[in-house]
Amino acid sequence: MEKFITHDGIAVPLMRSNVNTDDIVPARFLKSISRSGFGRHLFGNWRYLEDGTTPDPDFPLNAPRYQGASVLVAGENFGCGSSREHAPWSLREFGFRCVVAPGFADIFHNNCFNSSILPVSLETAEVEAIAEGLADGASPTLHIDLPAQTVTTADGRTYRFRIDPFKKNSLMEGLDNIGWTLSHRDQVHAYEERRRQEAPWLFPRSA
Amino acid sequence: MPRTMFDKIWDAHVVRDEPGEIPMLYIDRHLTHEATSPQAFAGLTERGLPVHRPETVVAVIDHNVPTTPGRRLIDVIDQQSVVCIETMEDNARDFGVRLLGMNDDDQGIVHVIGPELGLSLPGMTVVCGDSHTSTHGALGIFAMGIGTSEVEHVLATQCLLQQKPRTMNIRIDGTLAPGVSAKDVALAMIRRLGTDAGTHHVIEFTGSAVHALSIEGRMTLCNMAIEAGARAGMVAPDDVTIEYVRGRRHAPSGELFERAAEQWRQLAADPGARYDAEHHLDVDDLVPQVTWGTNPGMVADVTGTVPDPAAESDPVLRAEREKALEYMGLEPGRRIDEIPVDTVFIGSCTNSRLEDLRLAAEFVAGRKVAPGVRAIVVPGSMAVRRAAEAEGMADVFRAAGFEWREPGCSMCIAMNGDRLSAGERCASTSNRNFEGRQGKGGRTHLVSPATAAATAVAGRFADVRDL
Ligand code: SF4
Repeated sequence: MEKFITHDGIAVPLMRSNVNTDDIVPARFLKSISRSGFGRHLFGNWRYLEDGTTPDPDFPLNAPRYQGASVLVAGENFGCGSSREHAPWSLREFGFRCVVAPGFADIFHNNCFNSSILPVSLETAEVEAIAEGLADGASPTLHIDLPAQTVTTADGRTYRFRIDPFKKNSLMEGLDNIGWTLSHRDQVHAYEERRRQEAPWLFPRSA
Repeated sequence: MPRTMFDKIWDAHVVRDEPGEIPMLYIDRHLTHEATSPQAFAGLTERGLPVHRPETVVAVIDHNVPTTPGRRLIDVIDQQSVVCIETMEDNARDFGVRLLGMNDDDQGIVHVIGPELGLSLPGMTVVCGDSHTSTHGALGIFAMGIGTSEVEHVLATQCLLQQKPRTMNIRIDGTLAPGVSAKDVALAMIRRLGTDAGTHHVIEFTGSAVHALSIEGRMTLCNMAIEAGARAGMVAPDDVTIEYVRGRRHAPSGELFERAAEQWRQLAADPGARYDAEHHLDVDDLVPQVTWGTNPGMVADVTGTVPDPAAESDPVLRAEREKALEYMGLEPGRRIDEIPVDTVFIGSCTNSRLEDLRLAAEFVAGRKVAPGVRAIVVPGSMAVRRAAEAEGMADVFRAAGFEWREPGCSMCIAMNGDRLSAGERCASTSNRNFEGRQGKGGRTHLVSPATAAATAVAGRFADVRDL
């Protein structure tokens, strides 16, 4: 897993609320069996004009100001809807390392950590202030510091965010959850032995 | 201390919970489908790991399957879908996982077949790489959707790392009027509470109106819990639950069943158990609900009108509503029952079980689909299709002008070729009215099966209570 410690980058505001996973990557693009190839389908219904290939000049990600963006600043309840991890995969492949929003849907939030994307939750007013600064300020950049749990704007305003310490550590170390859980395999077996007595119907000989 | 139902199921599944860590939760049943699992199995191969307990995993092919009668692999919409299907077949074989293939007698939408076959049982933890896994909660299960990395994690370890969600009690009381069903309750709930009210929470649905629902109705309600943002939705097992489970193929039998049922009866929240949040709804006066916008919280009464975004004081919400109306091609103040539809879709894991089809068939019998309307019924599983055919329902639908299809996700997600074209308007019994969900530019209105049937006949949204 790719580590996340600090990050400096261009940030693009997409101040819509309830942006869902179908908006992030429409279902018709989910048919790849690999983890790559989704970046070009990011916001597939919004990024392009009718013909499906010409960038829509009105869509923020296409604005010259935000080219090369690696931080997305979004509205309330970002990533609601489906469990598809293709959504963070497409964000990551497009170049995003961090999404800042007032709130995230639960499954999407988990999926971000597994795709090396840092989801940052701030107060609505803070996100709005950041978005305004990106649109109007001299430089649309943000500095994200995971150890310090802060987001700093180009004009020096700093916002502190909260994050689960275990997830923070996993991201900073680039830890592999599966490896971690497997290291506790004995406990899993002990649980299974106990549970088999309590609820034997959960352990039939076949499915 | 008195515990909620969720607390009890959680406690029984914690394998490890140390300070500074995320709890490790044991998973009893892992359902999987072809759209979100290939990368997880590929991950196992890369690591050289087997599936920890292959007998707990069941794979089904539902998202990409054609629904045309007599379907074969050659009917699959495109080569990429064929690859998804064949990869699922290969993975199931290579990892020793039971597969319900495209034309298997037990095939169906993953959330329909789980309860139907007794694969999901009360008190279990159930996961699937699919958000509507919440459906299984109707049986008193902690069932949730997970991402593909988590699918790989569960395949490899039988566990998930999960922060314990908060609890929410939504008590629903009252008696539903004829023609009003669980889907209307679900839409009314999201309309009232919003699409993110349930974030970080597991909802326990309680109250007289919930326990008056059949298991199928409870599934519709729990299915939509995710649309309220919840991690999961659940209903405590009662006699209706126990009788539903008894005799199912993979349910325990004989003495073991009685022993299990004894435990399941203990799952309901203890008197005095505390929830982190509580809501109360009364459904005595509920009328059929229809969504008018592009998320499941944008809902109106079938007897009402399209709301005016100008009435919304929050500028972000106002802009969201304006954008939704533009996408939907609707003006504020338009009467819902004057909006004409092009397509009616009865199907999806929300409303494709036998009872849903009966609710629709009742109103369709002896009537005709309005001229120019394309109406299709996609049963949730092979078993539902067989039962509906045996009851004569398939003939009722066909005689009225509906297409009668093979089971699958179909137009709920438009991956298999069943889709809307741009601008086309659909009354759909599915769960998401997101932009482009049923096809790029398609306009989705979520309704109950009865409203869908009445709408097919009228050619515009119709109040089933008038028929
Ligand atoms: S029917 Fe729709 S919501 Fe249900 S599993 Fe299939 S695609 Fe998902």
